[in-house]
Formats: sequence, C-alpha cells, structure tokens
Amino acid sequence: MTAVTATADTKVKRRATAEERRARIAGVVLILLAAFVLWAFGLNVDGDLDATFRLALPTDRFTDINWVVNSQLLGFIVAAILAFLGGRQLRTANFKWTNVSIAVAMGLFALAFLGWAAAGESFSLVGMLRSTVLLSVPVTLGALCGLMGERVAIINIGIEGQLLTSAFVAVILGSAFNIWVALLGAVLTGGILGWVLAVLAIRYRVDQIIAGVAINIFALGLTSFMASRVLADSQSLNAPGRISPYAIPFLSDIPLLGPMFFDHSLFVYGMFGLVLLVHLGLFYTRWGLRSRAVGEHPKAADTMGINVFRTRYINVILGGFIAGFGGAFLTLSQVARFEENLTAGVGFIALAALIFGRWRPFGVLAAGLVFGFARALQTKLGILGIPVPSEFLLMIPYIVTIIVVAGLVGHARPPAADGQPYIKQ
Amino acid sequence: MSDSGGMPADQENPEPEAPSGEPDWFRRVTGIGSSLGQSLMVPALALVTALVIGAVIIAVTDVDAWRAWTDESPGEALSMMWASITDGYKALFRGSLGSRNAISETLFAATPLIIAGLAVAVGFRAGLFNIGVNGQMHMGGLVAIYLGFTLSLPAVIHVPVVLLGAVIGGAIWGGIPGLLRAKTGAHEVITTIMLNFVALFFVDYVLTTSFYQEQGRLDPISKPVDASARLPRIFGGDFRVHLGFLIALALVAFVYWLLFKSSIGFEFRAVGFNPDAARYAGMSVVAVFVAVMAVSGALGGIAGANQIIGLEPFRGTTNFAAIIGFDAIALALLGRSHPVGVLWAGLLFGGLRAGGRAMQGEAGIPIDLVLVVQALIIVLIAAPDLVRALYRLKPEEAAATQLTKGWDA
Repeated sequence: MTAVTATADTKVKRRATAEERRARIAGVVLILLAAFVLWAFGLNVDGDLDATFRLALPTDRFTDINWVVNSQLLGFIVAAILAFLGGRQLRTANFKWTNVSIAVAMGLFALAFLGWAAAGESFSLVGMLRSTVLLSVPVTLGALCGLMGERVAIINIGIEGQLLTSAFVAVILGSAFNIWVALLGAVLTGGILGWVLAVLAIRYRVDQIIAGVAINIFALGLTSFMASRVLADSQSLNAPGRISPYAIPFLSDIPLLGPMFFDHSLFVYGMFGLVLLVHLGLFYTRWGLRSRAVGEHPKAADTMGINVFRTRYINVILGGFIAGFGGAFLTLSQVARFEENLTAGVGFIALAALIFGRWRPFGVLAAGLVFGFARALQTKLGILGIPVPSEFLLMIPYIVTIIVVAGLVGHARPPAADGQPYIKQ
Repeated sequence: MSDSGGMPADQENPEPEAPSGEPDWFRRVTGIGSSLGQSLMVPALALVTALVIGAVIIAVTDVDAWRAWTDESPGEALSMMWASITDGYKALFRGSLGSRNAISETLFAATPLIIAGLAVAVGFRAGLFNIGVNGQMHMGGLVAIYLGFTLSLPAVIHVPVVLLGAVIGGAIWGGIPGLLRAKTGAHEVITTIMLNFVALFFVDYVLTTSFYQEQGRLDPISKPVDASARLPRIFGGDFRVHLGFLIALALVAFVYWLLFKSSIGFEFRAVGFNPDAARYAGMSVVAVFVAVMAVSGALGGIAGANQIIGLEPFRGTTNFAAIIGFDAIALALLGRSHPVGVLWAGLLFGGLRAGGRAMQGEAGIPIDLVLVVQALIIVLIAAPDLVRALYRLKPEEAAATQLTKGWDA
C-alpha cells in the first residue's frame, strides 16, 4: 500500500494519458464506424429509395405524421457527422467529450441503420420507441435495485431471482385478490429477498456472488416448482388481470413524445419517478451521503458514527422493493400470466445496465433505454425482413458491458468497498 | 485435504481493504486446516436440512391436502401431506439407488456435473470465480458438434478428436475472461456472466445456419453427430451410463494431479492463496490467471461435449448446457473445491437429478424441487455459521466465505 502512495503523483499523470489514449481509440473507432456507415448505409443503398418513418400511432389524436427521408442521403449525412466526431477525438484527444461523442454516434448509427432497413418502406418509428420504453422498464428497475445495493457495497447478483419471484407472487395474489394487492405483494417479495441477501452477506458474511447465485437458483426452482405443482392444476390462479394504462391529459397528445412517454401504465411513470427519486436521494440528502460513504469507505463512515450494517440492510431492502415493482411489471402490465423462467435473463441485463450506467441513476436509465432499444430493434427487424441475425442484436447488452468493464471505452469505477464484508473492530 | 494446516485465521490481516484478504474464504471453501470430521459435518447437515425444507415445501404446496383442510378435516389433510412427502422421497430414493437402472441413471446424470464441478473447483483454487461454465460448455459443445458430423473417422480416433476440439473451444472461451482480468482488471464474474449470454445467443445463431441445421427444421437444432463420435455405453445398451463417466473419473484424477502434484498447480494455488506473495515469489500472475481460466474452460468444454456425444438425440439444441454450469458452482462448494469432494458431490447431485425425474414421474412432484434443494445446500455450505446456529454446534472460528472482492479487483 505504501508503494502506491509514494507514486501517487505519477499515477495521476498516467491516468490522464490513459484517458487520452482511450479518447484517441474512440476517435479511431468512430472513423471506422463512419466508413462502415458510408459503405453499408450510403453507397450500398439505391439512391431513389425513401424511408418513411411513421411518427404517430393510428390511435393518436394527430395521425399521419410521417418523416420521409432519402435513405442514401441519411447514410451520407450520418457518416459525415461520425467522421467529424471521430476526427475531432483523434486530433484533440479531449477525453471529456469521449462519452458524449460515443453516445451521439450510437444514436446516429441506429438512425442510419433504420434508414437503411426501412429503405423503400414505411416503418413505425413511434411504435418502436414506445416498445423501447416498455422493454427498458424491468431492466432499469432491476438495475436501480442493484444500484441501491452496490452503493452500500453489497453486490446483488440475485436481481433475476427477485424479479422472477415477485412476478410469480404478483400472479398468484392478482388472481386470488386484486391487482393492487398483487402489486403490494410483489414489492414486499422483492424486499424480503433483498433482506435475505443482506442477512447472508452482512450477518453470515457469505460471499455475495454465491448468495446471489443461490437466490437465483432458489427463485427459479421454487417458482417453476409452484408453477407446475399449483398453477398447472388451477389455471384460475394464473390470471391476474392488468393494470391499465393511464394517458396523461394533453401531454399524451404531443406527437411522438406523447405515445412514447405519456400513455403508459403506472410502471413506466414509476420507473422515471424512482430514477429521479434515487438520484435526488443519493446526491442531495443526508441518507445519500451516508450511503455513499458506507459504499466507498465503511470504516471512515463507522468512525463518523454512521451505522454501517443498518445502512446496508435498509438500502438492500429498499432496492428489493424496487426490483419487486419491476417484477410486478412483468406479469401485471402486458402478459398477465406466469410461465417458467419468464424473466429469461432480464436480471442479468439489469446487472449489465448497472455497470454500463456507471452506478448512477440516470446512467442506469440511459443504459436501460439503450438495451431496450436493442431488444425492440430485434423484434422489429424480423418484421422488416432484414438479413441481420437477431441473435447478434440480443448479444449487444452483454458485449457492451464486457467492453465497458474492460475499460476499452471509458472506465467504469464501482464504489470502492463494493463486495467486501465489513467487520466491525 | 492434503495441504499443511496453514496459519490460523487471526494472524491474517482482518482489514477488508487488505489486498491479501483471500485466505479466509479459501480455508472455508476448501476446508483446508480443519479435520475430516469437521469438513464432512457441515455438508452432511446442509444436505439433511435442505431435504427437510424440501419436505415442508412439498407439504404446503399439496393442493388436494389444502382442499381437505378447508373441508374441516385437518387430520386427513395432515396425513395426505405426509403421504406426499413419503411418496416423493421414496420415489427419489428408488430413482437414484433403487435398482441397477437407477444407479446407471445416477451415474449418467452425474457425468457432466462432475466435469463441470471440476471446472469451477479449479477456478476457486486459484481465487477465480468462473460463473461462465455454461458458456464454455456451449462453445466446447459447438466445436464437438462440428467435428462430430463433418469428420468421418473410426470411433477410436473420432471420439478423442471431438473431445480435443471441445477442450480447445472451451479453453479459448474461458481464457478470454482470464486474459481480461489479468490485463485490464475486468472482474471475471461479470465477464463470464456476460459471455454466457453471448455464447447462448451464438449457439442459437449457429444452429440455424444451413450448415449446422438439421434439414427441414426451422428451430435451432443441429444435425446429429456420427455414430463413431458418440460415447459408447459401458454396461450394455439397456443402461444409459456411458464412457463419459470413466472420462469424468479420469479427469478427477487428472485435476488432483494438476492441483496437488504438479508445479503449475502449485502456482495456481499460490496465486489463489495470496496473489501478492505469489507475484513477489516471481510467478506471473497474468499467465496464471489465463492458464487457470483456460483449464477451467477446457473442463467446461468437455462437459459441453458430453451433452452432445453422450446422450440422445446426439445433436445441439437451444441452451443444451441447461443449468449444469450453475449446478457446478454448488458442486464445487459442496466438494470443498477438492477433486474427490467434487466427485462425491457430483454423484449426490446426479442421484438427486435421476431421483427427481422418478419423483416427477411416479409421485407427481416437479423435479424443480431439486433446484430448491441445491440452492439451500449452497446457502448452508457458504454460511456454516447458519448451520451451526441451527444445530447449536460449537462455533469453529469465525470464518466467512468470501471469494470476490468487488468488481474492480
């Protein structure tokens, strides 16, 4: 440890150059991307074809809003912007702009891709963006749950299990009582599993990864067991009903943004509300300051009179409530019935979103939307008959996460004490 | 448990920030330093406890019994619940040990579990947590499929070639997270989880390409491997146990030799015990991380090949590795990361799986109960204090299972 402090100065300097190097790598990547867009979505496209993006749903107040654009032209423009961004990164190595440039480039690339995919056809952009928001809900809520834990240094691999179990409980309670009892039960279930994780990790100092893996296996086993033993015979217990959407007056009439954001069930509004709430709580309240202290340096926090264990318990359980809310979304919003392993890896995409979003609520939301977009694109491409195997789109969240944790683009820094048990002296 | 006792835990630096904080979990997981009786006590009690909780779950989910309960006959309800439990566990026992065929089924189910469990155990010994056995099985299996239906060789050569291909496929897929960990510090837990999904989708993609896909099918399913690439049954055609089981036994011996008798295994364990000390002793931690993950991945690859050339329908299907990669974590924990321990644990889980099928068929109790039992075993093994508290045992020393020290290691 002493060697580290002695070379602290040089280390700061080296970090700066490493970031500059990353900025340059990003520049090269952007230029390569520009070349690819120029070739694949520009030169390769028939110049006469227009892409028609539909910006309104048939049920909207203002229908027939379309954006017609020449596919080739769109490709050229995007390629030019990408080349400009890349060139600037390469020349100035300004690492403050690295992430912004990459984010903008990703969005533009997606647009050029859609322009190519929809060349000569009409494509419901609003429909896809709407399903992007819907698909991001369980991912974002799961990632927020993980964030609540990791900010106080408890790694939660069990998000998948929390989502699955609360989705199951929501189905049972929704069928037996009503959707509001179901929602409450699901939220509590998430919290209970959070509590279990906290007890194992804090009281029994079980390795947090193992505790999380056990929670996932337990959840998969128990819900599948109950589904075939109880639900298979009593189908009436597998029909919970749905929480209906509520269109916010006036706002939902705004073209494009209305159907995207303001015509949903309470889960979508809840997701945005929770992201804001966690952000404000984490960075502007005493609770947030204490939580972050516990996650970064528990010993110092303890010395300052913060109860490390209690803070960890509370945050992991609160996170569990959020995951429970996300689990309820899976069975009370659209599908409204339970099937074995219905989460199918959403909890792990949430884990990826947590890392991709760099342990920040709005970062997590952005990551959730990006991953939701990839998923929405995957379903839509099948309809357009595009020769890109959907499996590769499904891989995107996972590959992106590997790139991020490896520090190839940007660097993700988790809370300093993440994963370490705290032993009170 | 061939190692010397090691130093008592209280001499270790208890600071959580200490870079050398791993011996604590290492002693716990491997059971090194405790006597044989002690190291068997917790697993045995964990198994019993998990089965008791499983019995409670069977009872409370007995829908017919609850109907009897509401019909004002609690006595009848209780006896129905008791019957459910006894029928279920009797079937579990019959299906795993009750006949020659049951024993064959147990060994058959244990084969991939033992091999995959060894993969995780090798990682644990070096302080690396390979959650990616699932992905390594898929990638190894994919190579096995390819070599299995493209080559035409006599069986004596074909089977080894297929297995070698699976070893290479698994080793590369396992080596990637090792390399990333060594070079960039990206934690292997995250990268292996992510690579699992990448492999899962990659398999789905490959199995729908016209080269791999069975003709006339639209779902991801491969052509069958040639008869010469299939593992022959060892006790006659009536029993499903095949050559793979003997391969698993050989791998147990090989891993034992590798870890405890070879110098490379010494380096594995030294890095797992204390990476900083190993570095000061002149070992290349980078090379060891990559080597460990590659060996672990290679074992995963063999387990994957087993799922292709060892059982009907001798083809690749979507998610053909199923959850064996996760069972493997439980196995390695239960077997204390010792090859022989993994063998016993694999036989136990193989029995649970074979018996679970009988339980589902004869007593109508879904096999998913086995998963619940496994999860409980993991928790109880990883939290020995919980078992001791349940049974009022004398606490050994306060030791916790900690494998990982955060993402940024």
